[in-house]
Amino acid sequence: MDKKLIEQKIAVFLLGACIAITFFLLIAVIGHILQKGLGQISVEFLLEEPRDMGREGGIFPTIVGTIYLVVISLIISVPIGVLSAIYLTEYTRKGPILKAIRFATESLAGIPSIIFGLFGFTFFVIFLKLGWSVLSGSLTLAFMMLPTIVRASEEAIKSVPDAYRLGSFALGATKWQTIRKVVLPTALPGIITGIILGIGRAVGETAPVILTMGSALRIPWTIMQPARTMSVHLYILASEGISMEKAYGTATVLIIVVIFINFLANFVMRKMISV
Amino acid sequence: MQRILLLALVVILIGGLLAGCGQDQPSNQEGQNDGAKQGEKQDEILSGTITIAGSTSVQPLSEELRKVFEEKHPDVTIYVQGGGSSAGVKAAANGTADIGAASRKLKESEKEYGLTVITIARDGIAIAVHPSNPVEGMSLEEVRKVYTGEITNWKQLGGKDAPIEVVTREEGSGTRGAFEELVMEDSKITDNAIVQPSNGAVRTTVASSENAIGFISVGFLNDEVKGLKIDGVEPTAENIVAGKYPLFRPFNYLVKGEPKGIVKAYIDFVLSEEGQKIVAKDYIPVK
Amino acid sequence: MNNLNRLIERCIKNVLFFCAAISIFVVLLITVFVCIEGFPIIKKYGLLNFILGRKWYPLDGVFGIFPMIIGSIYVTCGALLFGVPLGVGCAIFLAEIVPKKIAKILRPGIELLAGIPSVVYGFYGLVVIVPLIKKYFGGSGFSVLAASVILTVMILPTIVNISEDAIRAVPAEYKEGSLALGATHWQTIKRVILPTARSGIMTAIVLGMGRAIGETMAVILVTGNVAKIPGSFLDPVRTLTSNIAIEMPYSAGEHTQALFATGIVLFVLIMFLNMMSTFTRSLRKGDKLSG
Repeated sequence: MDKKLIEQKIAVFLLGACIAITFFLLIAVIGHILQKGLGQISVEFLLEEPRDMGREGGIFPTIVGTIYLVVISLIISVPIGVLSAIYLTEYTRKGPILKAIRFATESLAGIPSIIFGLFGFTFFVIFLKLGWSVLSGSLTLAFMMLPTIVRASEEAIKSVPDAYRLGSFALGATKWQTIRKVVLPTALPGIITGIILGIGRAVGETAPVILTMGSALRIPWTIMQPARTMSVHLYILASEGISMEKAYGTATVLIIVVIFINFLANFVMRKMISV
Repeated sequence: MQRILLLALVVILIGGLLAGCGQDQPSNQEGQNDGAKQGEKQDEILSGTITIAGSTSVQPLSEELRKVFEEKHPDVTIYVQGGGSSAGVKAAANGTADIGAASRKLKESEKEYGLTVITIARDGIAIAVHPSNPVEGMSLEEVRKVYTGEITNWKQLGGKDAPIEVVTREEGSGTRGAFEELVMEDSKITDNAIVQPSNGAVRTTVASSENAIGFISVGFLNDEVKGLKIDGVEPTAENIVAGKYPLFRPFNYLVKGEPKGIVKAYIDFVLSEEGQKIVAKDYIPVK
Repeated sequence: MNNLNRLIERCIKNVLFFCAAISIFVVLLITVFVCIEGFPIIKKYGLLNFILGRKWYPLDGVFGIFPMIIGSIYVTCGALLFGVPLGVGCAIFLAEIVPKKIAKILRPGIELLAGIPSVVYGFYGLVVIVPLIKKYFGGSGFSVLAASVILTVMILPTIVNISEDAIRAVPAEYKEGSLALGATHWQTIKRVILPTARSGIMTAIVLGMGRAIGETMAVILVTGNVAKIPGSFLDPVRTLTSNIAIEMPYSAGEHTQALFATGIVLFVLIMFLNMMSTFTRSLRKGDKLSG
């Protein structure tokens, strides 16, 4: 047989092997955790309070903590992010200001999460005396999520056809009215995708969250109280060997949440393409 | 130019707002005094929050104590978290926590923070190995040599022919600090030792490795690991009280300034007969 | 009416500008804060002593982060060693070998890898990879190898995604011309498509590196956190990020400054990598077709 053809066949085989290995890894990780953790999941696990530092009982406070953190972070980051995106796409011409803002947003995206943790701990918790609290955690996380939201919103707004805008101006609307009533609603699916991706990131962060929200295992009632998220709970359960079963259960919940978030983001994105 | 001024103005406003926000925090010492006045007026109805942070050795005990205290005073919420003894000292000193928990004495450099030290219990340090390890005990000198890296194989101690996996705690650990003071004296722990960030993590590491050795709070001993006899003495509370087991250290609660309000009430409870009975379950009361 | 509208428009424009400028403000705040906190110790201790010092005894005032720098580099290189061939291979497979419909199904799977929290990966590493390494290679299992394996899985989506984009961006004429000359598909890939996509693939690698160096949680759980230069892939190690995460809660005074200084080093490393990726991205224009 021709040497070229042999090489071709081997190449295709090896490339296929790459994908196979990648998916094998994906299934190995998710499969192992789900297999050991699904058995832990029950209504009690999700709604009960933990006992004995997490050895028994459920993970309810951590679910509350996670949701609380995500919600407050979104309240801070979404307005800033979307409004920033509007400014960057609708209001500026090319120039040094635009470049500076863009550079800053890209830099924010590149800063490792531990540095956010370092900063958040020293600035929010100690210096501003906010203490270990949902607020400290949310402020820190909001700035971590900001680049994702800004980028996704920018893409979404940019892809709104100019014809929509021109039509609106022709009808006598001002710029802001156009943005509010025409551009934003059209860009909404893309913006929401960005928000969902930002949520995914927030749920998964651990180091900055321990440093700014603490690790107290109670339900937080106000934003000034400390709290524990599921990611932090998993880390503590696993590293301290408190309960591997509960750790698997927590990891399973996390994975399910992430799969759901991914699915949701894909769904919304597909809706956007069809619009 | 106008924009930059506008920007600066709003930034200053937000900064001021956040700083002001911080001062209203109820679990600050100042807030505590208000709570104290409230507490005194309303007889015994205490309310407010207390944050206890620091030693992972003290953590399980704090959890036990706070459970009972909260049952007596349902309007008080106590947050307990770990981080290590030095983290507890730091948190108490800068006000992040109301009570810092440390499983060692204060260092010289920490004495300038103005912290009141209240010893609430005493605890031993156990040298733990895997249950299948044939070695039953060591001398204090041998422990030191293992940790400096002088002794590297279990067969040198009468065990299997296998390299010793030394496990230690992070530098801020009170257990490590006490261990260094009691066992290492002036020698340094080998920098080949695996570092784990809590009692639980050390125990897990030792429990999952037949050749590992690590030091943990006696309160953390369970059937996952075996506590070695040191100079022939088993690591039990009785032996510590009798002065036979050499490795023990205080559990200290650290408060900035004098304890007031609900913090004082909680500490009084811990030192009371009822509180010390809870201590005595797994640790040694301060009599 | 018109004047009111114009006033509102101007107000809104200022508000929007302010929001956009918050990004600048925050980046500046973080950068300045980290630098202010970290610089004094670098000045006092000496930059070379800090970066090249081999001993890290923070409570004794000895601050050498060289072992951690090596640690970060080792685990990252390990991750690239596994991740680049796997990732680029997947990218080629998705872009060139497989019909679009199947690629559409496979891609979400790879994106899912990106969404899983790093602590879950660290947990998996702790309960599966570390014991596996211990069983087959001896030692404690906490090793550079364990971290590299986990990081490989974590950076795969980045490498696959960006490489795939780069490969797809190769003009169809190049490919058609090569095939018209009688080359097989693989020969076309090897000699035409990949070289043309080289800059994009390099960008993917650099961004993957950035992700690996910045990773904290997954690494803390599986490396053993030993502040010593590892002798082999099987030795335990500590990375720059783990160093900060473990010691931040309790550090005081100069120790805290040293951790901020470690942050500065991390910052510089990542900023350098970011600049490299911008550079490699710009190579695409005017790239010549290699023979």
